This record gives sequence, structure tokens and C-alpha cells, in this order.
Amino acid sequence: MGYFLLRRSVGFILTLFAVSVVVFAVMNVLPGDPALTILGLDATEDALAALRDQLGLNDPLLTRYWSWVTNALTGDFGVSHSFRVPVAGLIAERLPMTISLAVSGMIFTVVLALVLGIAAAANHRKAGDWGIMFVSQLGIAVPAFWLAMLLVLVFAVNLRWLPPGGFPGWSDPVAAMRALILPTVALALVQSSVLARVTRSSALEVMRQDYVRTARASGFSRRRVLWRHVLPNALVPIVTIVGMQFAALVTGTIVIENVFYLPGLGRLIFQSIANRDLPTVQALVMLFAAIVVTANFIVDLLYVVIDPRLKARA
Amino acid sequence: MKLPVNLLIGAVLVALVLGAAALSLLWTPHDFTQLNVRNKFAAPDATYWLGTDQLGRDLVSQLTAGARNSMAVALAAVLLGGSIGTALGLLAAAIGGWVEDLVMRIADIGFAFPALLFAIMLAAVFGPSLTNAVLAIAFINIPVFARVARAAANQVWTREYVAAARAAGLNRFAISKDHILPNIAAPVIVQATIEFAVAILAEAALSYLGLGAQPPSPTWGRMLSEAQTLMYQAPQLAVYPGLCIVAAVMGFGLLGDGLRDVTDPRLVRER
Repeated sequence: MGYFLLRRSVGFILTLFAVSVVVFAVMNVLPGDPALTILGLDATEDALAALRDQLGLNDPLLTRYWSWVTNALTGDFGVSHSFRVPVAGLIAERLPMTISLAVSGMIFTVVLALVLGIAAAANHRKAGDWGIMFVSQLGIAVPAFWLAMLLVLVFAVNLRWLPPGGFPGWSDPVAAMRALILPTVALALVQSSVLARVTRSSALEVMRQDYVRTARASGFSRRRVLWRHVLPNALVPIVTIVGMQFAALVTGTIVIENVFYLPGLGRLIFQSIANRDLPTVQALVMLFAAIVVTANFIVDLLYVVIDPRLKARA
Repeated sequence: MKLPVNLLIGAVLVALVLGAAALSLLWTPHDFTQLNVRNKFAAPDATYWLGTDQLGRDLVSQLTAGARNSMAVALAAVLLGGSIGTALGLLAAAIGGWVEDLVMRIADIGFAFPALLFAIMLAAVFGPSLTNAVLAIAFINIPVFARVARAAANQVWTREYVAAARAAGLNRFAISKDHILPNIAAPVIVQATIEFAVAILAEAALSYLGLGAQPPSPTWGRMLSEAQTLMYQAPQLAVYPGLCIVAAVMGFGLLGDGLRDVTDPRLVRER
């Protein structure tokens, strides 16, 4: 177990390092001139030179990379060009919004997918199965942002049950929850379509095993066998997909925040692009990529917890 | 041989979308850039089959022109990312050893970047454009194809005819080109069809967020982002472009699944 942990941790750190190199390279090495991007085409050569100097663009690349990484590790992501405050502060302000959305989206995704997937497997080759499979096929093809717009159209514009967007803050928990309902549903319905299909095929695989028949024959109810015997043994492929979907979920929060005008990191990234605020964009892209890499790392570790048999082979 | 249902439905949907895209190159019912503000938000009738938008532009013409843009972006992105990825996968399988490990580790890193993050970086450095959207979508396709091509190529490398080619004195690269590539074409094409669907979705999201096609070029994603501000006046504008996206994505997705079922019967999934 110790060796396994060590090997995975080293791999995790190397991946993070490589990701930081890619982010830095794209933002700094590609033939674009941040000074020109910030000041626009009609800036004077003097102004450009002064700004390049101020941004540290004249330092050697390796020096810039090193100071970016070491500062970032201490929580210093530089100063935002447009807001003129530390990027770390901007992120800290907006992080709770994004985490709220991601967590509620993930919970709803997993619960919905497990229920639908197990229900489809339990009704294999019956109407319920076909219905769930058809809806999930459709769900995979629906863009989350469009589903979000349709939800707004129905539940905010027509029925006026829920707010069309914005976030009142957690000081009013009821209003905050109401504001999160539509974004969560939009995020989760699309995500759970993929997961429900995986759950179904994984559960069908397990249901063919002898021990499931034995459990049924010993008199356990169908429901108990499904949730206590089938589901735990079907979890490994499900967890793999959940981990892979985390990347999609992170991307999803960026998109959904923009549909519903939620003041989180996804909105911040787009404001920063519009404002040509490169340090902020660089920090946020690195943060999102790091979240994805960390999620994959955690999934790797979870395998062993879920299926102790894997420990021997790890 | 009985063709799978998903293949048939997928083929019909793909034919419809490709047909509309091709037709729009030659003819659209109206000029999709033609403004006619006095006729804005027109209801569907014999002239304007689905009505007009906030500037009086014909919706059907815009949707078919949008199909053309979507197809062009998806094609360019999948061709570019797919050929680089396949070449890397072939290389990894041909040389093996540390080169193979290195290529696959790099592919793993590629998976840390969703297309949106890559597009965001490109947009921040160069400003948003359709080219950047294509590059971002192509980039995320590289690791996908590298994995598929390597796995398939490694299988082919164990065959007798490859051993025969080696005995005949062909070098690794000649074998890769003449013997491996033709024999991994099926899984690569299947993957390309599926990635085509993914690319259409990604392009729609990027255009919706303003990171893809810029005005006045009509794309489904951009039409939706314009419709969002008009949700109270003209909700119908928020419906049609989304239906087009769903039809196109579902079409290519089902076609890819169907092709896989036909070309690799061992993989036919439990249904």
C-alpha cells in the first residue's frame, strides 16, 4: 500500500508540474504580445515597452516560470490587470459559488445516475429500460447550456416558479437554494446521462454472476440484492467514469455560471478574457486543470478502497 | 447482414445535417445576412418557414448556414487532431519502450485540459476566433486518437504478416505506413465519427460563450447566445438552433456506435 501510494503521488505531482508548464507555455511562449493585447493596436512603442517591463516580460522565460510557480505555491497568483487587486483574493471571493454549484451538481448527477441505471438494469429489456436508455441517449446529445435556457424558459419565464439567474448569497439560504436549483439540474441531467448508461451496463454484468443468483435463491428481496449485492460490485467502472466526468463537470460549471449569471470562477474567467487580464486567466486555467488532475488522482486512490482486490495488483 | 438500428437512425440524421450544410453552399431560402427590421420576429409562414429573428433575418437560412459552419469546424478539428494523434499512436507502437511511455504520458496530460480551458487560454492570448476554437478542439482530440491508434496498432504488430514484412527487411516506419495504418483504419474511423459529435457540441458551447465564430457568421451556438437576451420577447428563437445541435450530435454519435457494432462484433454491448 505504501509503495502504491508513493508511486501514484509521484505521478500526480509530475502531472501537475507538466500541466503548469503547458499553461505557462501557452500563455507566455506562443507568439502573442500581452502588452499589445492589453493596450490595443494604436499603443505607442514607448508605452508598450514600459508595460512589457512592468509585466516582467523582459526577464528570461525560465525565471518567469519559476517565480510564477513558487509564488503560486504560496498562494500568490500575481495582481489582476483589470481589478488591480491580488488574483488570489478574487478567487477566494468567488470560490464558494463555484464549489456550491459543482458539489450540488455532482451529488445530483450521481444519485440520479445510480437510480436510473439500476432501475434500467432491473427492468432489462422492458419498457422502463428502453425509456431510460432513450432519454439518456438524448441527454448525451443535449448541450448543457441549451438545456439551461429551456429550463429558464419553462420555470422562470413561463411558470415564474424560480429565478432566471443571479445569486443572492448564502445569507438568505432559501433564496440561495432556489437560485441553485435550475443551474444544478441543467448541469446534472446531461452528466448523469452518461453515468446512468455506465451504471446500467456495469450492473447487468454483475447480475449475471453466480453469487447474485445465490443471494436471490437464499430469499433476499430483489431490491436488497440490487442495492446491497449488485451495486457495490458494479462500482469500479462507475467510479472511473465519475472521475473522467469531473473534467466535464468543471467545464460545465464555467458554462452554466455564464448562462445563469452566477458570480463564480467561471464568470470571472470570462470577465478576465474580455478585460485582457492575462494573470487572472492564467491562474484560473491552472486552478481548473489542477482540480481535474486532483480528481483523477483521488479516483485512482478510491479504486483500492472500493475493491481491495486491486491492492494486490497495484 | 442486418444493420443495427442506431446505425440507420444515425445515418439518416447525419445525411439530413450534411445535406442541409451542402445545400446552404448553393442555395438558402433567403440571404441569411439580409436585415429587414420591419419584419422582425415574424411568425412562420410560406415565405419564412420558421419565421425571422430580432433583425428580420430568415431563421431557416441561418440554421442551414449554421450547419455548414458546424460541419466545417468539426471536420477541421477532428482531421487535424485525429491525424496528429494517430501518427503519435503509430509512432508509439512502432518504437515501443521509453518512446511509447513518453507519448502515452503526454497524452495523459492532454486529458487534464478540457477543450474549453484550452480555448480560454487561446482566446486570452490571441482574442476569440473560430480558428482558435478549431485549434482547441483539435488539441483535445490528439490524446484520444493517440490512445486508440496505439492500442489498435499494438495488436496488429503481433500478426504474422507484420513479422513477414520485418523479415523481408522493411523498416518500422514503412511497416507502419503500409501494413499497420490500413489495418487500424476501422477503429480510427469509428472514433472519428464519435469525436465529430463531441466536436459539434464543443463548437456550439464555445460559440455560445463568444469564444468561437464571431458576428455576423451564423452558428447554432451564437444564435442561442443571441436568443438568450430575447427570451421574453421571442422564446421560439431559443428552440430551433438547439434542436439542430441535438440532431447533429445524436446523428454522429449513433452512427459512430453503429459503425463500431458492425466493424467490431466482439464489442457489441449488452443491450
